[in-house]
Amino acid sequence: MHPNPDWPLYEIFVRARGGLDHKHVGSVHAADAAMALEHARDVYTRRLEGVSVWVVRSTDILASDPAEADALFEPARDKVYRHPTFYDIPKEVETL
Amino acid sequence: MYTQGLNELAARPLAAMQEDPALLRRFEARIDAEEKIEPKDWMPDAYRQTLIRQISQHAHSEIVGMLPEGNWITRAPSLLRKSILIAKVQDEGGHGAYLYSATETLGISRAELIEQLLSGAAKYSSIFNYPTLTWADVGAIGWLVDGAAIMNQIPLCRCSYGPYSRAMIRICKEESFHQRQGYDLMLKLARGSAAQRAIAQDALNRWWWPSLMMFGPPDTASPHTALSVRWKIKRFTNDELRQKFVDFTVPQARFLGLEIPDPALRWDAERGQHVVGEIDWSEFQDVVRGNGPCNRDRLQARRDAHESGRWVREAALAHAAKHARAAAA
Amino acid sequence: MSATGDSAANRDAPGAPLEYVLRLGDTALVLAQRLGEWIGHAPAIEEDLGLANTALDLLGQARLLLAYAGEIEGRGRGEDDLAFLREESAFRNATLAEMPNGDFGDTIVRQLLLDAYQVPLYERLSASRDPRLAEIAAKALKESRYHLRYSSGWVVRLGDGTEESHARVQASLERLWPYTLELFDADELDRAVVASGVGPDPRAVEQDWSIRVDAVLAEATLARPATARYRWYGKQGRHSEHLGHLLAEMQHLPRVHPGARW
Repeated sequence: MHPNPDWPLYEIFVRARGGLDHKHVGSVHAADAAMALEHARDVYTRRLEGVSVWVVRSTDILASDPAEADALFEPARDKVYRHPTFYDIPKEVETL
Repeated sequence: MYTQGLNELAARPLAAMQEDPALLRRFEARIDAEEKIEPKDWMPDAYRQTLIRQISQHAHSEIVGMLPEGNWITRAPSLLRKSILIAKVQDEGGHGAYLYSATETLGISRAELIEQLLSGAAKYSSIFNYPTLTWADVGAIGWLVDGAAIMNQIPLCRCSYGPYSRAMIRICKEESFHQRQGYDLMLKLARGSAAQRAIAQDALNRWWWPSLMMFGPPDTASPHTALSVRWKIKRFTNDELRQKFVDFTVPQARFLGLEIPDPALRWDAERGQHVVGEIDWSEFQDVVRGNGPCNRDRLQARRDAHESGRWVREAALAHAAKHARAAAA
Repeated sequence: MSATGDSAANRDAPGAPLEYVLRLGDTALVLAQRLGEWIGHAPAIEEDLGLANTALDLLGQARLLLAYAGEIEGRGRGEDDLAFLREESAFRNATLAEMPNGDFGDTIVRQLLLDAYQVPLYERLSASRDPRLAEIAAKALKESRYHLRYSSGWVVRLGDGTEESHARVQASLERLWPYTLELFDADELDRAVVASGVGPDPRAVEQDWSIRVDAVLAEATLARPATARYRWYGKQGRHSEHLGHLLAEMQHLPRVHPGARW
């Protein structure tokens, strides 16, 4: 009994209903993309959880490195002027 | 469903001491702050190994757990019951798939995990090494085994490892259907003919004690829980969960008019809980060691499915490879 | 849209004959029963789920059709009475549906041959002059279209996969092909439903079936088997040896506990 090579891994994204983003829900193994769609449907939408599915080969995803999280995301922290709450607008000014 | 194995196969506390102290401190601070750990985050090796073992045992349990109930799909006594049972066993396959998917985020492949199951190196919940002898067993599994599973799984929804926690949230949502259909099935039998009541009682007699054993050895004999609790992989001890299960289940059995097969069972008014008789842990150890009634059959069924499906899986890969080449050309 | 409704419109609409609805319902039921045997033993977990979904769809179709058959019969028999308490010779399923699962290739070829039959059949039945049947067919059609997509995909992968898979699935095709003749071999009942506008002409269904099956076989690099002469008549209650065993297993519990509720 030698181990079979796995079918490739696909990451699955499901749109729960119209108007929402596709959201990552997990992965399936499949030999090809069409099969991955069918597997995603059977594994992740047995209870009307979705109206649309994306499948992406896991190896095609480049993820940011948590060790670089500081370099990537910290610089946004001190840009407080990007947020509307930064500005004090006199009460008299309406609808702004 | 669920695996009892997480306590007996311990996290290795010593290994944790060999990790980089600064990284370990930061990791534990995140755990203490109830932050989730995600796949690419730094984690102690013992945390990773404990999770791989626990989640994959859970996945294996779901997959092997398809067999005892699957045994009754072709014989379900009404078309509605057949539909419910197929949907339920299918969900277990789905749960296995979610959990293998979560395990793979820790850097191990599905093929390796399946290999561990088929070679006997990995454990799965011992409860599935008992046979399903009558239709009532399908009800008893839903009511008791899934009931026990839910007790254990609800706290796992808050597990510190993100992918496991998310898989468990999904599973818990679906598991409630499993328990309710089981109780509903038992209710129909309990309100049915004398022969139907008899198989219901017989099923309870056979599944009661193994269900209590699903929570794992008593806390006094389970010295390795500490690290799992500290790292918020596990949130309650075996005995706490077992007690909760008993207190929920005893009145449910009474409502069915069935008798819990434990002459020593009594209500302790002072503690406000039921006290059960002595659990025969030697039986549990026997089944864990591979000497349960169905250990060999269950594993053989999985091996047969794997082997007889090999040509199919290979053909699909070969087809995909041809097409990839054709597309590239 | 009740079969027992007494409005003028309903009296005028031709109802489907009991036997005809049983043919449809029994085929769905027996095929679901076969697919149910797979669950827990498929080549991959994801395929366990796929086969189970198809089984659930077919079981749902069977329940609607058998419940309707019971109403047409008017003797108070429900879906379960018809499923569990009829003898083998009273079953009207196409013989192909009762063929044993064999290996995954046999199962998937059987599935393709029946899916490619049910899709054009249900398409036409959706316009049946029997409104109840039309309604059931319209629901079933969506499901069968998915089943056909699933089985076609697999026949193509296996046919155009490895040398071994190609040989295996070609052999499955040769084995099962003779049972397809029955699907399109119009008998008196088929002609009667065509005349009343309840059901389609089997020849028209066959043309569609052929086009679909040939397209899949071509992509799968499989050869269409030569047409055999022997015809099976499961739809008239004359079955293969396999149905009796399938029913013995399926029916034993309700028969051991007569009158019990589950």
